[in-house]
Amino acid sequence: MPRYQPWTPERASEIIAQHQHEKGATLPILHALQAVFGCVPLAAEPLIAEALNISRAEVHGCVTFYHDFRREPPGRRTLKLCRAESCQAAGGAALEARAKEKLGIGMGGTTADRRVTLEPVYCLGLCHSSPAAMLDKDVYGMLDADRLDALLKEAQS
Amino acid sequence: MTVRIYISRDSGALCVGAEAVTEAFRKEAKERGLDVEIIRTGSRGMYWLEPLVEIATDQGRVGYGPVKASKVGNLIDAGMLEGKPHKKCIGVVDDYPWFKNQTRLTFARCGIIDPRSLDDYRAHKGYEGLKKALDVGPEAIVEEVISSGLRGRGGAGFPTGIKWRTVAATPPQQKYIVCNADEGDSGTFADRMVMEGDPFVLIEGMTIAGIAVGATYGYIYLRSEYPHAIEAMNIAVNEARKAGFLGPNVAGSEYAFDMEVRVGAGAYVCGEETSLLDSLEGKRGEVRAKPPLPAHIGLFAKPTVINNVLSLATVPIIMSDGGPFYRDFGMGKSRGTMPIQLAGNIKHGGLYETAFGISLGELVDDIGGGTRSGRPVRAVQVGGPLGAYFPRELFDTPFDYEAFAAADGLIGHGGVVVFDDTVDMAQMARFAMEFCAIESCGKCTPCRIGSARGMELMDKIVAGDDREANLVVLEDLCDTMKFGSLCALGGFTPYPVMSALTHFPEDFGAGKKRLQAAE
Repeated sequence: MPRYQPWTPERASEIIAQHQHEKGATLPILHALQAVFGCVPLAAEPLIAEALNISRAEVHGCVTFYHDFRREPPGRRTLKLCRAESCQAAGGAALEARAKEKLGIGMGGTTADRRVTLEPVYCLGLCHSSPAAMLDKDVYGMLDADRLDALLKEAQS
Repeated sequence: MTVRIYISRDSGALCVGAEAVTEAFRKEAKERGLDVEIIRTGSRGMYWLEPLVEIATDQGRVGYGPVKASKVGNLIDAGMLEGKPHKKCIGVVDDYPWFKNQTRLTFARCGIIDPRSLDDYRAHKGYEGLKKALDVGPEAIVEEVISSGLRGRGGAGFPTGIKWRTVAATPPQQKYIVCNADEGDSGTFADRMVMEGDPFVLIEGMTIAGIAVGATYGYIYLRSEYPHAIEAMNIAVNEARKAGFLGPNVAGSEYAFDMEVRVGAGAYVCGEETSLLDSLEGKRGEVRAKPPLPAHIGLFAKPTVINNVLSLATVPIIMSDGGPFYRDFGMGKSRGTMPIQLAGNIKHGGLYETAFGISLGELVDDIGGGTRSGRPVRAVQVGGPLGAYFPRELFDTPFDYEAFAAADGLIGHGGVVVFDDTVDMAQMARFAMEFCAIESCGKCTPCRIGSARGMELMDKIVAGDDREANLVVLEDLCDTMKFGSLCALGGFTPYPVMSALTHFPEDFGAGKKRLQAAE
């Protein structure tokens, strides 16, 4: 089963309708859309604006403000490498270089076979066990070259 | 007799294989026909020992760690389930010096109870604070919190009780309790630990806050980088509601209070309280100018208490044991305990809750055990990305809000990140500017533009391009950011930059002499 559903305005409107009556509903709606479609396409913005009775500019401003929201679905799996200070102190830069090289992509990139998207993250709260990473929702700490290689293999499998 | 096995489900344990270890125990128990009960707890905070497996014995819970899934069979063969000695055995966990020497008030239950069990919470003094709060009523609650000397644990250190009194004094209307669980500072994980290991204490703290100020609804703004904490909090909120601890009649009283978890979206600046409120309202997380204070015009323009996770999670013990009990710990104007988080290149990474006053050197060298790499400690960043870098010469600084401010630093949310002698402090200073540029909300010019110019300046300085002149510009820029920014993001970014420059000038290609002359 594919990880995400294909975009349709009808499905999007259903999702928006489930959340539009919450107070300050923008973020819950954006999260819900991204969970289903893997991203928040530009086409979703007028639907949200209409439902919440705010301007399209306000919705656009909100979508683009937050790092989490994407315009296109990510690869099959998303690997987030922590690049904040604690992980830098424990060798995070070398791991980033290794991951980029092994996957053949840069930060924010997706492999050509669309299996893995690589992203930086600024702190997973696992600083006691730096360097840390998250593959989808699974967390990994105390990474070294070997553990990273195993993780990359898992991500690509 | 059933043997009880305790294994953490905290992210910090999961990230080093606690799930596989749990699975291995289940498998061994089934194959060997052993009568065991596996209880998933939060973490004790001794992360270098995770996955830590604890076995209930007559002496107490005996710990083994770190345990590898592949070695579970061997450990059982060696008599682990009877609590027998082994090279992985640390003895009774409560008596283990690293744990025993702490003063666990906020984290009293974390790592001990099952975070998904309200019964377990109540069996360990849970909801005793609320009971007391209901007995004494709103005004006395506020007085109790003021008397405890509790200051905001998010970083600003503002007295929690005073904030509450301000909201309580506003006319009756819809008011809100907002919990700031947007723990974005690198080197910190205490909020995450509470939410994953003892979520009911946060719910109880927020409920007490609601009763104290006349608020009937609460929001926990929880960062999206914490999926396990989100799950744990949602489960706990539902359990509390089912049991009548949230709803129209909290614990059978006439007070109404309910709450929900809201998930952030990766913006560091939303840890700033006014930016967080805008984000909760469904807007871009832009900082608001103060005044008005959130206590007067907060969420949805209503009076709002906004507190950090740790501040709220400390309220139940203040209520149950009294403000004076809490106040008796600590030094100067920093009362009670601080959950200090040891991180980075450190041997014993974890959470150490202790009274204020402990020195930075004790934390790094004695408790932290120095670096994990085995190399000498060169710098320590305290208080997250906006905190200052400290050299070894300042290791006698006591952990105290005022003492750190006097040393041109801040304790922030209590994170301590250790770097060994391979660190390039000019790169760390550049990163501070870069991080500020990435995360700036864009509302005020010193932060939005200053951070971008700061990055360029750092590049020039490192490249040796008119270094002396550019160092003067950098200092001037930092001054503008510090005093001209709307919030702590732009305002505190100069701390890591200037402390790196002041204490480690050799990394900037500058002589120590020039900098001292310039001050």
